Amino acid sequence: MDREENKVDVIVVGGGPAGISCAVTIARAGKQVVLIERGKFSGSKNVFGGAIYAQPTREVFPDFEKTAPIERKTVEHKYALLGKDDATVISYKKKHEDAVSYSVIRGKFDRWMAEEASKEGVVIVEETVVRELIVENGCVKGVKTELEDYYCDIVVLADGVNSLLAKQIGLRGDLTPHDVALSVKEVIKLPPEIINERFNVNSDEGCIYEIFGGPMLGMLGLGFMYTNKESVSIGLGITLSDLIEKSLRPYELLDKLKEHPQIAPLIKDGELLEYSAHLIPEGGFKKVPIVFGAGVMVCGDAASFVNNLHWEGTNLAMVSGKLAGETAVIALGKGDFSEHALSRYQQELEDSFIMKDLRTYKDLMSGISERASEFLGYYPQKINSFFEMFTSVDSVPKRKKYKDFIKVFFTERNISELFKDIWSAVKLLWSILVK
Amino acid sequence: MSDIEDKLYTVKYTPDTTSHLQPVQECCRICKSKICTVICPAKVYEWDENNRKLIVNYENCLECGACRIACESCSLGWEYPRGNKGVTFKQG
Repeated sequence: MDREENKVDVIVVGGGPAGISCAVTIARAGKQVVLIERGKFSGSKNVFGGAIYAQPTREVFPDFEKTAPIERKTVEHKYALLGKDDATVISYKKKHEDAVSYSVIRGKFDRWMAEEASKEGVVIVEETVVRELIVENGCVKGVKTELEDYYCDIVVLADGVNSLLAKQIGLRGDLTPHDVALSVKEVIKLPPEIINERFNVNSDEGCIYEIFGGPMLGMLGLGFMYTNKESVSIGLGITLSDLIEKSLRPYELLDKLKEHPQIAPLIKDGELLEYSAHLIPEGGFKKVPIVFGAGVMVCGDAASFVNNLHWEGTNLAMVSGKLAGETAVIALGKGDFSEHALSRYQQELEDSFIMKDLRTYKDLMSGISERASEFLGYYPQKINSFFEMFTSVDSVPKRKKYKDFIKVFFTERNISELFKDIWSAVKLLWSILVK
Repeated sequence: MSDIEDKLYTVKYTPDTTSHLQPVQECCRICKSKICTVICPAKVYEWDENNRKLIVNYENCLECGACRIACESCSLGWEYPRGNKGVTFKQG
Protein backbone atom coordinates (compact mmCIF):
# COMPACT_ATOMS: atom_id res chain seq x y z
CA MET A 1 0.00 0.00 0.00
CA ASP A 2 1.27 3.44 -0.91
CA ARG A 3 2.14 5.27 2.27
CA GLU A 4 0.71 8.59 1.04
CA GLU A 5 -2.62 6.97 0.22
CA ASN A 6 -3.01 5.83 3.81
CA LYS A 7 -1.98 9.11 5.38
CA VAL A 8 -4.28 11.52 7.25
CA ASP A 9 -3.67 14.43 9.60
CA VAL A 10 -4.62 12.72 12.84
CA ILE A 11 -5.48 9.19 13.95
CA VAL A 12 -7.36 8.82 17.22
CA VAL A 13 -7.24 5.38 18.81
CA GLY A 14 -10.36 4.57 20.82
CA GLY A 15 -13.94 5.68 20.22
CA GLY A 16 -15.00 6.48 23.79
CA PRO A 17 -15.76 9.93 25.22
CA ALA A 18 -12.10 11.06 25.07
CA GLY A 19 -11.45 9.86 21.54
CA ILE A 20 -14.71 11.15 20.09
CA SER A 21 -14.30 14.58 21.74
CA CYS A 22 -10.79 14.82 20.37
CA ALA A 23 -11.70 13.67 16.86
CA VAL A 24 -14.72 15.95 16.51
CA THR A 25 -12.67 18.97 17.67
CA ILE A 26 -10.13 18.24 14.93
CA ALA A 27 -12.78 17.64 12.26
CA ARG A 28 -14.50 20.93 13.10
CA ALA A 29 -11.23 22.71 12.30
CA GLY A 30 -11.35 21.17 8.84
CA LYS A 31 -8.57 18.64 9.36
CA GLN A 32 -8.66 14.98 8.35
CA VAL A 33 -9.17 12.67 11.27
CA VAL A 34 -9.69 8.92 11.51
CA LEU A 35 -11.10 7.42 14.69
CA ILE A 36 -10.31 3.75 15.18
CA GLU A 37 -12.59 1.77 17.50
CA ARG A 38 -11.99 -1.87 18.31
CA GLY A 39 -15.62 -2.68 19.16
CA LYS A 40 -18.52 -3.27 16.81
CA PHE A 41 -19.62 0.28 17.64
CA SER A 42 -18.60 3.03 20.06
CA GLY A 43 -19.53 2.09 23.60
CA SER A 44 -19.65 -1.64 22.89
CA LYS A 45 -16.50 -2.30 24.93
CA ASN A 46 -17.20 0.38 27.52
CA VAL A 47 -18.71 0.16 30.96
CA PHE A 48 -19.29 2.80 33.63
CA GLY A 49 -21.74 3.48 36.48
CA GLY A 50 -23.08 5.65 35.20
CA ALA A 51 -23.89 9.19 34.57
CA ILE A 52 -22.41 11.75 32.21
CA TYR A 53 -22.03 15.35 33.24
CA ALA A 54 -24.02 17.98 31.39
CA GLN A 55 -21.65 20.97 31.37
CA PRO A 56 -18.53 19.19 30.06
CA THR A 57 -20.63 17.30 27.51
CA ARG A 58 -22.08 20.60 26.26
CA GLU A 59 -18.53 21.82 25.72
CA VAL A 60 -18.18 19.18 23.02
CA PHE A 61 -21.81 18.71 21.91
CA PRO A 62 -23.59 21.97 22.85
CA ASP A 63 -27.10 20.73 22.02
CA PHE A 64 -26.74 17.11 23.07
CA GLU A 65 -29.73 17.28 25.41
CA LYS A 66 -32.07 17.69 22.44
CA THR A 67 -31.22 14.48 20.60
CA ALA A 68 -28.85 12.29 22.62
CA PRO A 69 -30.16 9.04 24.14
CA ILE A 70 -30.44 10.14 27.76
CA GLU A 71 -31.96 7.89 30.40
CA ARG A 72 -32.82 10.11 33.39
CA LYS A 73 -31.83 13.53 34.72
CA THR A 74 -30.23 13.18 38.15
CA VAL A 75 -32.22 14.93 40.86
CA GLU A 76 -31.04 13.04 43.91
CA HIS A 77 -27.76 11.74 45.30
CA LYS A 78 -27.92 9.26 48.13
CA TYR A 79 -24.92 8.31 50.20
CA ALA A 80 -25.60 4.99 51.86
CA LEU A 81 -23.37 3.66 54.58
CA LEU A 82 -24.10 -0.01 54.94
CA GLY A 83 -23.41 -2.03 58.05
CA LYS A 84 -23.84 -5.79 58.15
CA ASP A 85 -27.60 -5.53 58.46
CA ASP A 86 -28.24 -1.82 58.96
CA ALA A 87 -27.66 1.40 57.04
CA THR A 88 -27.39 5.15 57.41
CA VAL A 89 -28.41 7.11 54.32
CA ILE A 90 -27.83 10.78 53.60
CA SER A 91 -29.66 12.25 50.67
CA TYR A 92 -29.34 15.47 48.71
CA LYS A 93 -32.17 16.29 46.36
CA LYS A 94 -32.53 19.24 44.03
CA LYS A 95 -34.42 19.54 40.79
CA HIS A 96 -31.87 21.65 38.95
CA GLU A 97 -33.26 23.52 36.00
CA ASP A 98 -29.98 23.00 34.20
CA ALA A 99 -29.16 19.35 34.73
CA VAL A 100 -25.84 18.49 36.38
CA SER A 101 -25.79 14.91 35.20
CA TYR A 102 -27.79 12.33 33.31
CA SER A 103 -27.73 8.59 33.54
CA VAL A 104 -26.89 7.11 30.16
CA ILE A 105 -26.01 3.73 28.70
CA ARG A 106 -22.65 3.73 26.98
CA GLY A 107 -23.71 1.42 24.16
CA LYS A 108 -26.33 4.02 23.23
CA PHE A 109 -24.72 7.31 24.25
CA ASP A 110 -21.19 6.74 22.92
CA ARG A 111 -22.70 5.41 19.74
CA TRP A 112 -24.75 8.60 19.39
CA MET A 113 -21.65 10.75 19.99
CA ALA A 114 -19.76 8.78 17.35
CA GLU A 115 -22.59 9.24 14.85
CA GLU A 116 -22.62 12.99 15.52
CA ALA A 117 -18.85 13.12 15.08
CA SER A 118 -19.16 11.22 11.83
CA LYS A 119 -21.70 13.80 10.57
CA GLU A 120 -19.11 16.47 11.28
CA GLY A 121 -16.45 14.76 9.21
CA VAL A 122 -14.73 12.25 11.47
CA VAL A 123 -13.97 9.04 9.58
CA ILE A 124 -14.85 6.21 11.94
CA VAL A 125 -13.28 2.79 11.46
CA GLU A 126 -14.93 0.19 13.67
CA GLU A 127 -14.03 -3.42 14.51
CA THR A 128 -10.36 -2.62 14.13
CA VAL A 129 -7.66 -3.09 16.75
CA VAL A 130 -4.52 -1.00 16.67
CA ARG A 131 -1.78 -3.45 17.62
CA GLU A 132 1.22 -1.20 17.54
CA LEU A 133 2.36 2.37 16.95
CA ILE A 134 4.70 3.15 14.09
CA VAL A 135 7.65 5.10 15.45
CA GLU A 136 10.32 6.59 13.21
CA ASN A 137 13.27 8.55 14.56
CA GLY A 138 11.61 8.85 17.95
CA CYS A 139 8.45 10.31 16.49
CA VAL A 140 5.07 8.53 16.28
CA LYS A 141 4.12 8.38 12.62
CA GLY A 142 1.14 6.07 12.47
CA VAL A 143 -0.53 2.86 13.60
CA LYS A 144 -0.43 -0.79 12.69
CA THR A 145 -3.78 -2.54 12.67
CA GLU A 146 -4.46 -6.19 11.90
CA LEU A 147 -5.12 -5.37 8.29
CA GLU A 148 -2.90 -2.49 7.31
CA ASP A 149 -0.72 0.38 8.40
CA TYR A 150 -2.06 3.92 8.56
CA TYR A 151 0.13 6.99 8.63
CA CYS A 152 -0.54 10.43 10.09
CA ASP A 153 1.09 13.49 11.64
CA ILE A 154 -0.32 12.94 15.13
CA VAL A 155 -1.71 9.90 16.94
CA VAL A 156 -3.98 10.51 19.93
CA LEU A 157 -4.23 7.59 22.33
CA ALA A 158 -7.67 7.35 23.88
CA ASP A 159 -7.46 3.59 24.15
CA GLY A 160 -8.71 3.23 27.67
CA VAL A 161 -7.44 2.11 31.03
CA ASN A 162 -5.29 -0.73 29.72
CA SER A 163 -3.59 1.51 27.12
CA LEU A 164 -1.14 -1.02 25.78
CA LEU A 165 -0.03 1.54 23.21
CA ALA A 166 1.10 4.19 25.72
CA LYS A 167 3.08 1.41 27.35
CA GLN A 168 4.58 0.26 24.06
CA ILE A 169 6.21 3.63 23.46
CA GLY A 170 7.31 4.06 27.07
CA LEU A 171 4.94 6.85 28.07
CA ARG A 172 3.93 4.77 31.04
CA GLY A 173 5.01 1.77 33.03
CA ASP A 174 3.00 -1.23 34.11
CA LEU A 175 -0.14 -0.69 36.14
CA THR A 176 -0.07 -2.41 39.53
CA PRO A 177 -3.06 -3.86 41.42
CA HIS A 178 -3.03 -0.71 43.60
CA ASP A 179 -3.58 1.51 40.55
CA VAL A 180 -6.87 0.06 39.36
CA ALA A 181 -10.26 -0.87 40.74
CA LEU A 182 -12.10 -3.81 39.27
CA SER A 183 -15.71 -2.94 38.76
CA VAL A 184 -18.59 -5.32 38.10
CA LYS A 185 -22.06 -4.19 37.22
CA GLU A 186 -25.51 -5.60 36.58
CA VAL A 187 -28.24 -3.80 34.70
CA ILE A 188 -31.58 -4.91 36.07
CA LYS A 189 -34.78 -4.40 34.16
CA LEU A 190 -37.74 -2.95 36.03
CA PRO A 191 -40.92 -1.20 34.90
CA PRO A 192 -40.50 2.62 34.89
CA GLU A 193 -43.40 3.11 37.35
CA ILE A 194 -41.74 0.76 39.81
CA ILE A 195 -38.44 2.63 39.48
CA ASN A 196 -40.22 5.96 40.03
CA GLU A 197 -41.95 4.60 43.10
CA ARG A 198 -39.00 2.83 44.69
CA PHE A 199 -36.60 5.70 44.13
CA ASN A 200 -39.16 8.43 44.83
CA VAL A 201 -38.67 10.23 41.52
CA ASN A 202 -40.89 11.36 38.66
CA SER A 203 -40.57 9.98 35.14
CA ASP A 204 -37.33 11.11 33.49
CA GLU A 205 -35.86 11.95 36.90
CA GLY A 206 -33.14 9.82 38.37
CA CYS A 207 -31.40 8.96 41.58
CA ILE A 208 -27.81 7.95 42.22
CA TYR A 209 -26.77 5.80 45.17
CA GLU A 210 -23.17 5.95 46.30
CA ILE A 211 -22.64 3.03 48.60
CA PHE A 212 -20.00 2.59 51.27
CA GLY A 213 -19.41 -0.42 53.47
CA GLY A 214 -21.59 -3.53 53.28
CA PRO A 215 -19.63 -6.31 51.58
CA MET A 216 -16.85 -3.75 50.96
CA LEU A 217 -16.33 -2.89 54.64
CA GLY A 218 -12.68 -2.22 55.35
CA MET A 219 -11.73 -2.27 51.70
CA LEU A 220 -10.96 0.45 49.21
CA GLY A 221 -14.19 -0.06 47.35
CA LEU A 222 -17.48 1.61 46.64
CA GLY A 223 -20.84 0.52 45.34
CA PHE A 224 -23.22 2.39 43.09
CA MET A 225 -26.75 2.40 41.76
CA TYR A 226 -28.09 4.47 38.90
CA THR A 227 -31.63 4.65 37.66
CA ASN A 228 -32.13 4.35 33.91
CA LYS A 229 -35.43 4.68 32.04
CA GLU A 230 -36.41 1.06 32.37
CA SER A 231 -33.60 -0.42 34.37
CA VAL A 232 -31.40 0.06 37.38
CA SER A 233 -27.63 -0.28 37.18
CA ILE A 234 -26.01 -1.68 40.29
CA GLY A 235 -22.36 -2.42 40.78
CA LEU A 236 -19.25 -1.99 42.80
CA GLY A 237 -15.62 -1.26 42.27
CA ILE A 238 -12.86 -2.54 44.52
CA THR A 239 -9.16 -1.90 44.33
CA LEU A 240 -7.64 -4.93 42.65
CA SER A 241 -5.00 -5.21 45.38
CA ASP A 242 -7.74 -5.66 48.00
CA LEU A 243 -9.44 -8.38 45.96
CA ILE A 244 -6.11 -10.15 45.56
CA GLU A 245 -5.09 -9.81 49.18
CA LYS A 246 -8.43 -11.07 50.50
CA SER A 247 -8.91 -13.56 47.65
CA LEU A 248 -12.39 -12.36 46.77
CA ARG A 249 -14.54 -12.96 43.72
CA PRO A 250 -15.97 -9.62 42.59
CA TYR A 251 -19.35 -10.99 41.47
CA GLU A 252 -19.87 -12.67 44.85
CA LEU A 253 -19.40 -9.30 46.55
CA LEU A 254 -21.94 -7.82 44.16
CA ASP A 255 -24.38 -10.60 45.03
CA LYS A 256 -23.92 -9.77 48.71
CA LEU A 257 -24.53 -6.08 48.02
CA LYS A 258 -27.72 -6.96 46.15
CA GLU A 259 -28.92 -8.95 49.16
CA HIS A 260 -28.33 -6.18 51.70
CA PRO A 261 -31.64 -5.20 53.35
CA GLN A 262 -31.17 -1.58 52.27
CA ILE A 263 -30.64 -2.53 48.62
CA ALA A 264 -32.62 -5.72 47.98
CA PRO A 265 -36.12 -4.10 47.97
CA LEU A 266 -34.98 -1.58 45.36
CA ILE A 267 -34.20 -4.25 42.77
CA LYS A 268 -36.66 -6.93 43.87
CA ASP A 269 -38.21 -8.98 41.02
CA GLY A 270 -35.99 -7.28 38.45
CA GLU A 271 -34.66 -9.21 35.49
CA LEU A 272 -30.92 -9.22 34.80
CA LEU A 273 -30.39 -7.62 31.40
CA GLU A 274 -26.61 -7.64 31.30
CA TYR A 275 -23.60 -8.32 33.48
CA SER A 276 -20.37 -6.47 32.77
CA ALA A 277 -16.94 -5.71 34.16
CA HIS A 278 -14.30 -3.06 33.61
CA LEU A 279 -11.21 -1.59 35.22
CA ILE A 280 -11.16 1.94 36.63
CA PRO A 281 -7.84 3.79 36.80
CA GLU A 282 -7.51 4.76 40.45
CA GLY A 283 -3.88 5.78 40.68
CA GLY A 284 -4.74 9.46 40.47
CA PHE A 285 -2.18 12.23 40.07
CA LYS A 286 0.81 10.07 40.96
CA LYS A 287 0.01 7.60 38.18
CA VAL A 288 -0.68 10.03 35.37
CA PRO A 289 1.69 8.92 32.59
CA ILE A 290 3.67 11.18 30.30
CA VAL A 291 0.78 12.54 28.24
CA PHE A 292 2.61 13.80 25.16
CA GLY A 293 5.60 12.99 22.99
CA ALA A 294 6.71 13.65 19.45
CA GLY A 295 3.62 13.00 17.32
CA VAL A 296 1.52 11.61 20.17
CA MET A 297 -0.86 12.64 22.99
CA VAL A 298 -2.71 10.55 25.58
CA CYS A 299 -6.16 11.34 27.01
CA GLY A 300 -9.02 9.92 29.07
CA ASP A 301 -8.65 6.70 31.05
CA ALA A 302 -5.45 5.94 29.16
CA ALA A 303 -3.95 8.91 31.01
CA SER A 304 -5.51 7.82 34.33
CA PHE A 305 -7.77 10.88 34.31
CA VAL A 306 -10.26 9.81 36.97
CA ASN A 307 -11.37 11.73 40.04
CA ASN A 308 -12.61 8.81 42.08
CA LEU A 309 -13.90 10.73 45.10
CA HIS A 310 -16.33 12.66 42.92
CA TRP A 311 -17.13 9.77 40.57
CA GLU A 312 -15.81 11.75 37.64
CA GLY A 313 -14.22 10.15 34.61
CA THR A 314 -16.14 10.76 31.42
CA ASN A 315 -15.94 14.52 31.94
CA LEU A 316 -12.18 14.40 32.37
CA ALA A 317 -12.08 12.19 29.28
CA MET A 318 -14.13 14.60 27.16
CA VAL A 319 -12.29 17.72 28.25
CA SER A 320 -8.84 16.14 27.91
CA GLY A 321 -9.85 14.85 24.46
CA LYS A 322 -10.97 18.32 23.46
CA LEU A 323 -7.74 19.89 24.71
CA ALA A 324 -5.66 17.31 22.82
CA GLY A 325 -7.76 18.05 19.73
CA GLU A 326 -7.15 21.78 20.01
CA THR A 327 -3.42 21.25 20.39
CA ALA A 328 -3.44 18.95 17.36
CA VAL A 329 -5.17 21.63 15.28
CA ILE A 330 -2.59 24.26 16.26
CA ALA A 331 0.27 21.84 15.56
CA LEU A 332 -1.18 20.99 12.15
CA GLY A 333 -1.46 24.73 11.39
CA LYS A 334 2.22 25.16 12.10
CA GLY A 335 3.29 21.86 10.63
CA ASP A 336 5.18 21.16 13.86
CA PHE A 337 4.46 17.85 15.60
CA SER A 338 7.49 17.81 17.84
CA GLU A 339 7.39 17.04 21.54
CA HIS A 340 7.80 20.76 22.14
CA ALA A 341 4.81 21.68 19.98
CA LEU A 342 2.56 19.10 21.66
CA SER A 343 3.68 20.13 25.15
CA ARG A 344 0.94 22.75 24.84
CA TYR A 345 -1.50 19.94 25.68
CA GLN A 346 0.22 19.34 29.02
CA GLN A 347 0.06 23.07 29.77
CA GLU A 348 -3.63 23.21 28.92
CA LEU A 349 -4.28 20.24 31.20
CA GLU A 350 -2.37 21.96 34.01
CA ASP A 351 -4.46 25.12 33.58
CA SER A 352 -7.72 23.17 33.57
CA PHE A 353 -9.64 21.54 36.43
CA ILE A 354 -8.24 18.18 35.32
CA MET A 355 -4.73 18.44 36.72
CA LYS A 356 -5.83 20.84 39.45
CA ASP A 357 -8.34 18.34 40.83
CA LEU A 358 -6.01 15.39 40.42
CA ARG A 359 -3.39 17.37 42.34
CA THR A 360 -5.89 18.27 45.08
CA TYR A 361 -6.52 14.57 45.70
CA LYS A 362 -2.99 13.34 45.07
CA ASP A 363 -2.69 11.85 48.59
CA LEU A 364 -6.28 10.69 48.95
CA MET A 365 -5.95 7.09 47.83
CA SER A 366 -2.66 6.44 49.61
CA GLY A 367 -3.92 8.23 52.73
CA ILE A 368 -7.07 6.17 52.90
CA SER A 369 -5.54 2.87 51.89
CA GLU A 370 -2.95 3.18 54.67
CA ARG A 371 -5.81 3.10 57.16
CA ALA A 372 -8.50 1.41 55.06
CA SER A 373 -9.75 -0.87 57.80
CA GLU A 374 -10.25 2.19 60.04
CA PHE A 375 -11.63 4.75 57.56
CA LEU A 376 -13.60 2.29 55.47
CA GLY A 377 -14.39 -0.28 58.13
CA TYR A 378 -14.36 0.67 61.79
CA TYR A 379 -15.61 4.28 61.67
CA PRO A 380 -18.37 3.77 59.10
CA GLN A 381 -19.68 0.96 61.29
CA LYS A 382 -19.55 3.32 64.25
CA ILE A 383 -21.84 5.75 62.45
CA ASN A 384 -24.40 3.00 62.10
CA SER A 385 -23.98 1.98 65.73
CA PHE A 386 -24.42 5.61 66.80
CA PHE A 387 -27.80 5.73 65.10
CA GLU A 388 -28.68 2.33 66.49
CA MET A 389 -27.96 3.69 69.96
CA PHE A 390 -29.70 7.00 69.28
CA THR A 391 -32.89 5.39 68.04
CA SER A 392 -33.07 2.65 70.65
CA VAL A 393 -35.76 2.89 73.30
CA ASP A 394 -35.10 0.48 76.11
CA SER A 395 -35.51 2.35 79.41
CA VAL A 396 -31.73 2.89 79.72
CA PRO A 397 -30.98 6.55 80.60
CA LYS A 398 -29.65 8.50 77.62
CA ARG A 399 -26.57 9.89 79.39
CA LYS A 400 -25.43 6.35 80.16
CA LYS A 401 -25.90 5.41 76.51
CA TYR A 402 -23.77 8.32 75.32
CA LYS A 403 -21.07 7.52 77.83
CA ASP A 404 -21.05 3.86 76.85
CA PHE A 405 -20.85 4.80 73.18
CA ILE A 406 -17.83 7.05 73.75
CA LYS A 407 -16.19 4.57 76.11
CA VAL A 408 -16.21 1.94 73.38
CA PHE A 409 -13.76 3.97 71.29
CA PHE A 410 -11.22 3.74 74.09
CA THR A 411 -11.77 0.10 74.89
CA GLU A 412 -11.89 -1.15 71.31
CA ARG A 413 -8.97 0.95 70.10
CA ASN A 414 -5.93 1.92 72.05
CA ILE A 415 -5.06 5.59 72.47
CA SER A 416 -2.11 5.56 70.09
CA GLU A 417 -4.26 4.08 67.29
CA LEU A 418 -6.89 6.75 67.92
CA PHE A 419 -4.26 9.46 67.62
CA LYS A 420 -2.95 7.88 64.44
CA ASP A 421 -6.47 7.93 62.98
CA ILE A 422 -6.91 11.59 63.87
CA TRP A 423 -3.46 12.48 62.56
CA SER A 424 -4.13 10.68 59.25
CA ALA A 425 -7.48 12.43 58.87
CA VAL A 426 -5.98 15.86 59.57
CA LYS A 427 -3.07 15.18 57.21
CA LEU A 428 -5.49 14.14 54.50
CA LEU A 429 -7.70 17.19 54.95
CA TRP A 430 -4.63 19.41 54.91
CA SER A 431 -3.45 17.84 51.66
CA ILE A 432 -6.84 18.44 50.06
CA LEU A 433 -7.47 21.98 51.28
CA VAL A 434 -4.01 23.48 51.54
CA LYS A 435 -1.27 21.71 49.65
CA MET B 1 -28.61 -15.86 44.10
CA SER B 2 -27.75 -16.07 40.45
CA ASP B 3 -24.42 -17.72 39.88
CA ILE B 4 -21.78 -16.49 37.52
CA GLU B 5 -22.90 -18.71 34.64
CA ASP B 6 -26.33 -17.05 34.72
CA LYS B 7 -24.69 -13.64 34.71
CA LEU B 8 -22.42 -14.49 31.79
CA TYR B 9 -25.38 -15.87 29.89
CA THR B 10 -26.63 -12.26 29.55
CA VAL B 11 -23.46 -11.10 27.80
CA LYS B 12 -23.20 -11.03 24.01
CA TYR B 13 -20.02 -12.57 22.63
CA THR B 14 -18.56 -13.21 19.23
CA PRO B 15 -15.91 -15.78 20.09
CA ASP B 16 -12.72 -16.08 18.10
CA THR B 17 -11.26 -19.45 17.19
CA THR B 18 -8.03 -18.79 19.05
CA SER B 19 -7.46 -17.36 22.51
CA HIS B 20 -6.32 -13.79 23.03
CA LEU B 21 -5.15 -14.87 26.50
CA GLN B 22 -1.95 -16.90 26.57
CA PRO B 23 -0.70 -18.00 29.97
CA VAL B 24 2.79 -19.42 30.22
CA GLN B 25 1.87 -22.81 31.68
CA GLU B 26 5.31 -23.35 33.25
CA CYS B 27 4.74 -20.18 35.29
CA CYS B 28 1.19 -21.23 36.19
CA ARG B 29 2.42 -24.58 37.51
CA ILE B 30 4.69 -22.91 40.06
CA CYS B 31 2.29 -20.03 40.80
CA LYS B 32 1.08 -20.35 44.39
CA SER B 33 -1.89 -18.01 44.42
CA LYS B 34 -3.37 -18.76 40.97
CA ILE B 35 -5.06 -15.47 41.66
CA CYS B 36 -6.49 -15.20 38.14
CA THR B 37 -8.84 -18.06 39.02
CA VAL B 38 -10.25 -15.90 41.83
CA ILE B 39 -10.36 -12.30 40.70
CA CYS B 40 -11.48 -12.78 37.10
CA PRO B 41 -15.01 -11.38 36.93
CA ALA B 42 -15.96 -13.90 34.23
CA LYS B 43 -14.35 -17.00 35.76
CA VAL B 44 -12.24 -17.39 32.64
CA TYR B 45 -9.45 -19.26 34.43
CA GLU B 46 -9.72 -22.66 36.05
CA TRP B 47 -6.89 -24.74 37.41
CA ASP B 48 -6.94 -28.33 36.24
CA GLU B 49 -5.05 -30.15 38.97
CA ASN B 50 -5.08 -33.52 37.17
CA ASN B 51 -3.36 -32.20 34.09
CA ARG B 52 -1.54 -29.43 36.01
CA LYS B 53 -2.75 -26.92 33.51
CA LEU B 54 -4.53 -23.57 33.54
CA ILE B 55 -7.74 -23.81 31.54
CA VAL B 56 -8.65 -20.57 29.78
CA ASN B 57 -12.31 -20.08 28.89
CA TYR B 58 -11.37 -17.09 26.75
CA GLU B 59 -14.81 -17.04 25.09
CA ASN B 60 -16.22 -15.64 28.35
CA CYS B 61 -13.64 -12.87 28.70
CA LEU B 62 -15.08 -9.42 29.43
CA GLU B 63 -11.78 -7.82 28.34
CA CYS B 64 -11.31 -5.88 31.57
CA GLY B 65 -7.58 -6.59 31.90
CA ALA B 66 -7.59 -7.42 35.62
CA CYS B 67 -5.81 -10.77 35.11
CA ARG B 68 -2.94 -9.14 33.27
CA ILE B 69 -2.31 -6.77 36.16
CA ALA B 70 -2.94 -9.35 38.88
CA CYS B 71 -0.76 -12.10 37.35
CA GLU B 72 1.86 -12.81 40.00
CA SER B 73 4.65 -13.67 37.61
CA CYS B 74 3.54 -11.08 35.04
CA SER B 75 3.72 -13.85 32.49
CA LEU B 76 0.21 -13.73 31.06
CA GLY B 77 0.12 -12.96 27.37
CA TRP B 78 -2.84 -10.60 27.08
CA GLU B 79 -4.09 -8.75 24.08
CA TYR B 80 -7.42 -7.51 22.80
CA PRO B 81 -9.41 -9.98 20.72
CA ARG B 82 -9.51 -9.26 17.00
CA GLY B 83 -11.63 -6.32 15.90
CA ASN B 84 -14.86 -8.12 15.16
CA LYS B 85 -14.53 -10.57 18.06
CA GLY B 86 -15.02 -10.67 21.79
CA VAL B 87 -17.59 -9.05 24.00
CA THR B 88 -20.22 -6.52 22.92
CA PHE B 89 -21.76 -4.65 25.82
CA LYS B 90 -25.19 -3.23 25.12
CA GLN B 91 -25.85 -1.83 28.58
CA GLY B 92 -22.39 -0.54 29.54
